[in-house]
Amino acid sequence: MSNNLETTALLCDFGSTYTKLTVVDLDKEAIVAKTRVPTSIDTHLEDGLNAGEEELRRQGVDRIDARLACSSAAGGLKMAVSGLMPELTVEAATRAALGAGAKVWRVYSHELTPSDVHELNESPPDIFLLTGGTDGGNKANILSNARILKSLLKRSFPIVVAGNRVASAEISEILSDFSPVICENVMPRLGVLQVDAVQQAIRHVFLTHIVNAKGLDDVAATLSAPLIPTPSAVLEGVSLLSKGHGESAGLGDLMAVDVGGATTDVYSIGSGLPSEANITQRGLPEPFAKRTVEGDIGMRHSCRGIVKVAGEEAVLSRTGLTDLELEAGLDKREENAGWLAESDKDKRLDDSLAYFALKTALKRHAGQLETAYTPFGKTFIQTGKDLRPFSRMVLTGGPLVALDDAPALVGEALADRDQYLLPLAPRVLVDHNYVLSALGLLATWRPDVALRMILKELSHE
Amino acid sequence: METPAEEVANVEKKTLVIGVIGADVHAVGIRILDYAFRDAGFEVVNLGVMVSQEEYIAAAVETNADAIVVSSLYGHGELDVRGLREKCIEAGIGDIPIYIGGNIVVGKQPFDTVEARFLAMGMTRAFPPGTTPETAIEYLKKDLGVEQ
Repeated sequence: MSNNLETTALLCDFGSTYTKLTVVDLDKEAIVAKTRVPTSIDTHLEDGLNAGEEELRRQGVDRIDARLACSSAAGGLKMAVSGLMPELTVEAATRAALGAGAKVWRVYSHELTPSDVHELNESPPDIFLLTGGTDGGNKANILSNARILKSLLKRSFPIVVAGNRVASAEISEILSDFSPVICENVMPRLGVLQVDAVQQAIRHVFLTHIVNAKGLDDVAATLSAPLIPTPSAVLEGVSLLSKGHGESAGLGDLMAVDVGGATTDVYSIGSGLPSEANITQRGLPEPFAKRTVEGDIGMRHSCRGIVKVAGEEAVLSRTGLTDLELEAGLDKREENAGWLAESDKDKRLDDSLAYFALKTALKRHAGQLETAYTPFGKTFIQTGKDLRPFSRMVLTGGPLVALDDAPALVGEALADRDQYLLPLAPRVLVDHNYVLSALGLLATWRPDVALRMILKELSHE
Repeated sequence: METPAEEVANVEKKTLVIGVIGADVHAVGIRILDYAFRDAGFEVVNLGVMVSQEEYIAAAVETNADAIVVSSLYGHGELDVRGLREKCIEAGIGDIPIYIGGNIVVGKQPFDTVEARFLAMGMTRAFPPGTTPETAIEYLKKDLGVEQ
């Protein structure tokens, strides 16, 4: 734990392109130095860290008392999940994995097929999450999936099992070669979501297996708190901002959007329960702190995903670019994750990409309200979270915060609502210095300092 | 859902998926059934009101249920259960018993003709208005092979 002797903390974010280092003075509660070095796949991640620290010393940082780190390097935490019914255990397992900061690469429902397992052999995930059946419910499905994994899996990766507890002992035996981590069912009873145990298991496996495999073990040994996946750091930061700490009140129900180069992550902190008595909630209960990820939507590597969702016509008419200009613009962005827009046309394209990314990702995160006509009159059915009363929206992510007027894009993206329960009039807070993930990391260790610093950072107009 | 937290799933018990189908918001009867079925020794998964066909089926598959009990009190039962059996077959639980009861049709129709129509749609049993929970429990025990 921390003590008063520690005055300077290094917050280190191992990204897929850059390793970002931030130095915080804990007494002054200020960022005193920042730098970034390329994360190279060929060299050990520790080398990047050393180079970065060297640069920080040149900037005048003469002491570092504590180190904290998060990582999305080497593809982040890539997970595959399986369950039985798509809207029940499969959805529960997916939410659990996303909430643990994972990138959910494959989602399988019902029985795994030989071609599914072939896919896992070709491109093994970091962790496989095996679920299915409520406690005492269906057991045949998870057992059959365990057997097909045992007989056809040629690669070894950690398997976390969180299904029907009645089947656990048998699964343990079937998968004994893979030393499975057995934990409590992600859906012990129908409609009950129990993500804590699974997420703890995922974090544990991340620390014991993945960190080693990705060359972070030496770094991890020098840290003051466990190394976590980067999205978890953001989730920690926004949760702290919402809930507050000790005497300091938080901002209440809020959302955050991270439009990055490859993906767009959306977070909501708050229950989002129906606000009126004549609304019936359906579907799985929502996690209080919820994260969704749009893997096909990002402003650099995944820019074509945005165009695909929005439609080329819409992008062309909004930007006023020609077909060829759009094509060239997308090529540049796809090739270079660190590329910065300078010309007017490039800025217009970035602006449009951000607008469509926000519009799509926010809708996919939000709950929906449907009207049902009954013999007793109109009634309403809500699925997902009602975000209408959420009062703040935090914007983060390199390409997004670099825009001239990101808050205006949010207003525009929220205007087109349809049946979606999007925030009505959120105050937009921009993470201009792009430090939310670093400060979220600090939140795991010194929440009091982290909260004050996040509030200060987001209050810059 | 309505299950008490301390209850641990019991593999010996027969599991019933119950709920009020369609756009029907009658919330009282289903609670009484929930209580009565539990009291009679069943494991109950109560989906509440305004339940769609797909929700019954997903719940039945995931919980490995032994029967589906559909409640309908607003007269639209016939429209609401049409196709339910076919979807169960599609989902791999084609043999599951499905019961329906409540005010399942509009107006005063002879119940034997009503029953015949519901059985033709693949319901295992259909019950007239005013049926007590005890009657349903008796049939469930018989159909599911529970020792009396």
